[in-house]
Order: sequence, then structure tokens, then C-alpha cells
Amino acid sequence: MKILVTVKEVATVEDEFEIEGTEIASQYLGADLNEWDDYAIEEAVQLQEDGIADEVVTVTIGPEECEQTIRQALAKGADRAVRVWDDSLEGVDLLDVNAKTEILSGVVEAEDPDLVLTGVQAGDDSFAATGVSLAEEIGAQWGAVVNHLEHEFDDDLASVRRELEGGVEELTEIELPAVLTIQTGINEPRYASLRGIRQAQRKELDVQTLADLGVDESAIDAELTLTDMYEPESESDVTIWEGSAEETAAELGDLLRDKGVAP
Amino acid sequence: MTDVLAITEHRRGELRDVSYEIITAGRQLADETGGDLHLAVISGTVDEFAEKLNRDGVEAIHTVSYGEEFNHDVYTQAITQLYDELAPQYVLAPNSVNGLDYAPAVANALDLPVVTDTIDLETDGETLIATREMYGGKVETTNELEGEAVATIRSTEWPQSDGTGDASIEAFDADIDEDAIGSSVNGFEEVAGGDVDISEADVLVSVGRGIEEEDNIPLIEDLAEALGATVSSSRPIVDNGWLPKNRQVGQSGKVVTPDVYIAIGISGAVQHVAGMKGSDTIVAINTDPNAPIMDIADYAIHDDLFDVVPALTEEFQ
Repeated sequence: MKILVTVKEVATVEDEFEIEGTEIASQYLGADLNEWDDYAIEEAVQLQEDGIADEVVTVTIGPEECEQTIRQALAKGADRAVRVWDDSLEGVDLLDVNAKTEILSGVVEAEDPDLVLTGVQAGDDSFAATGVSLAEEIGAQWGAVVNHLEHEFDDDLASVRRELEGGVEELTEIELPAVLTIQTGINEPRYASLRGIRQAQRKELDVQTLADLGVDESAIDAELTLTDMYEPESESDVTIWEGSAEETAAELGDLLRDKGVAP
Repeated sequence: MTDVLAITEHRRGELRDVSYEIITAGRQLADETGGDLHLAVISGTVDEFAEKLNRDGVEAIHTVSYGEEFNHDVYTQAITQLYDELAPQYVLAPNSVNGLDYAPAVANALDLPVVTDTIDLETDGETLIATREMYGGKVETTNELEGEAVATIRSTEWPQSDGTGDASIEAFDADIDEDAIGSSVNGFEEVAGGDVDISEADVLVSVGRGIEEEDNIPLIEDLAEALGATVSSSRPIVDNGWLPKNRQVGQSGKVVTPDVYIAIGISGAVQHVAGMKGSDTIVAINTDPNAPIMDIADYAIHDDLFDVVPALTEEFQ
């Protein structure tokens, strides 16, 4: 079985930041491996260690700077990586679901995996839609918000649990090939070992353009335009206790006694 | 005229609250250009559901009787066929786990743009303006889409509709291709059970990512013991295996309504807030004054939990 894992480098924002137009000013931004994708990578690597997957390939849409993040996935055990980038993607401020679907379906066509694992969502734009959209595009089955996956795949079925709201899980069987969007908590993502990090430097990282994938540039024209970004207005009339830790703890202690909920 | 098709949601024989919220969202959007609001209710006891969904402002309710529970293939086929029949400008779906399991597929099948987790929607008949958050709620954005679109709505952002309506209730004979159904739901399991029921607690001492490592959890347990309170947590603590699943507060955990909720090192992601905003009094201890939890806290301490929590424990020991 071949597994393709989508890996995104997400932008992280410091506690204090400023907005310039429709972007957060770059000095307040950091970059990290998307948390949900980390769990997807781990699940794929575990499938490989269990002797079920023969190959784990990652795919990332992003510029050269995100190769550090891709190497993290390789260091955790993925076999090789594909990175898709193009001048036409350079100026796009928000790559929407349809554009990502087009690009990733090009990669699926080239790689022909049995299983695609994606994170449920990305920590920055939080669309939580690309995996299911991709499945529909490539004619595969899918399952959104998977928090348990049986590793047997009897009868070419993925036996999963989907995490619904309110502490309820749905037990579902899904035919392969399939796209599963992976929820946090499904496993414990490993830290890359020093050996893994060394090995990752030697693994293949293949860079593809849209033309290489047979994706027409017009396919990535964003249908969704970001027109404004602002800090949400606080609706709260919060009382802030100030002072030393002892002083603020005493204020909270008084509140709890006043409410009659503490001794 | 902007017609809207809104998809309702049910589980294990009960309509979910978002079904009544999506009526309000859909009506608001249809009203802006004088369009009609159509609802779809798919699978389960659709006639019974349709009666309950017949509230003010709904023009028509389309029932698709097929199977008992949610199946994304049935939903995707039924909605795309309803879309072809009704030609609405917008399709609305809940931004629920199930909504996210079909709305992106419906959008792709219909070749429409999709915008998820919206908290406000406006239209002038041509352009949809969708408000949504990014970066875990640190910013809000507005986004424009031209023409037809699929949008998912965040639960509890719109009030539930009420009043009895006079909608027409029409059975829609969807042509479901059974060969295209590639998944089957075999059951449900409650996972938030166990010996402690956090939804019954009067005081919750709730811990989040700010606790940094598992070895620090006893700090919170000591405080809870001194106060006679119960320990709960946000999602990452449970994901890390530092506390059992039955302690998780939030959308995928338990909904709690204690007298006092002390949120320690919890930033306040929307999924967490969904589970605790009904608390009588909310106290937040967090070094970040801009953390979203501050928007709903009644009292706040902007300080290091590793200083404040031991001081408070000492006070009650």
C-alpha cells in the first residue's frame, strides 16, 4: 500500500501583532509544521512500521523556505517528498480550497496512492475542507475527522472512528482508495531522532511546477478573495486583577469564598 | 432574488440545534434580496423532522427519505440533485463534523467555491461576503465570493429560529446511486463516560496547553483538592494523554455549566469555548492578555500560572 500525506507549513502568530492590509505583518509571523498534519504523518509511519504501507510520500504546496518543515516529516519516517511551487502561486495571498484541490489532484494522479491522509484542518486558515474536496475530485472515498484507524484493512476497507460532537464517535467502514482527514489525538506524534534527521537530509525531495503536474494555471485562480483582516472586538467587560501572584490569588480566593464554593 | 438551500442536521433520531440556527442564517441571507429559503432534511424520520423544522421564514422543506443516519454519499447525491432542481444561489450547511464531511464534496461536484466556518454572511445578490476567523481566532477576516457558493456556518453564531411557519413540505425523490455509496456507518459509541462527570461539578479547575508538561498536572490537581473542585481540561491535554477523555471540555468533549470555571493556561479556542461558555462565572489565568478566553472571562489574571496557582493552593490548604 502506498500512502500520500499532505503536509503544510502553517504561519504562526505571536501574542502581540500588527495587521498590514489583509496580512499580519511579517515580523510577527513564524512557521511550523501544521499540528493536524503531524498526526497524519505519524499514522502513515505507523502503518509502514506495521508492514501495511510500502511507501509513505508527503506532498506540500509551498516555496523553498518550507523545505525545513518537509524535512521534519522525512525525519519522522516518510520515504520521500514532493513540493509543488510555481511563480504563479507567489502572489496569491490565500490559496482557496478549489485551488488546493486542483494541485493535489495532480499529485494524486502522478503518485496513485491507495490512501491519502491529511490533517483535519490547517492551523492558519482553518478551512477543514481540502481533504473531502480532493476525494470528490479524484473519485475516491473519504472520511472527515478520523480519530481512530484500524490497521488491518480487511476486504480493502478502512475501519475508522469519526469524532462527532459531544463525546460521540461514529464507527464507519470506508472503501479504499480513500482520503481520511486525521484529527489530533489519534496517536502520539514522535519526535524525530538524530538518526532520522540525518537520514532526512539524504531523502528525495522532488520539486514540481503546475505544468509538471498538468495543472492549468487558470485552475488556481482564487474564487475567494480576502478583503479585510482585523482583530475581533472584545465583547467582554472582564475585571482584571493586578498585582503580585499572592495578591491576585487572594482576589480569586475571595471570589470563591463569596460564591460559597470554596472552604 | 437570492434563493438559499439550507441543509439541516440530525443524529440518532434528534434534530441538532444547528438545524434551527441555519434557518435564521438562511432567512437572513434570503431576505437581503427577497429570495426564498428552502430546507433539506435527509435520512431518518424526515416527515417528523419536517414538522419540527416548519418555522417562521421557511418557504419549502424538501424531505429525502433514504436510510436512517447520516451517510455522506447519500447527502452529497441528494444535495447536488436538489441544487439542480431548485437552482439556489447559496447552499448552507452546518460547520459540524458531518457538515464538513459533505459540504466540500458538494461544492466540488457542483464546481462551486466553498467557504467554511463562517460567523457572518451578507449578500447583495451578486457577491457573498463571508466573515470568518483565522489563526485560531486571533483575527477575523472578510472574504468575497462571486456568484453561487457553498458556505458552512459555525454553530451558536445565529440564534435559533422560532415561531410556526407555513412552509410547503415536499418529498424529493432523489435518485441515489447505491453503487456510489462507498462507506457505511455501523454504530456510535459514547466515549466521554467514566467515573467522573465534569458536567455535574460546581467548580471546575480546567487546565490547558499553558501547563507545558505532564509533570506539572499535579499542580492543578493539588489546587482542585484544596478547593474541593473537579479537574477538567482543554483538548490538547487529553490528546497528549495527560488526562482521560472524560475530562475534556468542548465541542468534541463535554458541555459544562459550573458555578465557577477557572481556565488555567487555556487560550480559548472556539471549540473549547463551545463547551464552557454557559458557566456562571469564568476566571481566566493566562499570560497572554489577548487570548480569546479573555473575551468571555468575567475575571482575569494576566500572570504566570506557575506563580498564581501555588499561591492560591496555599491559601486554601
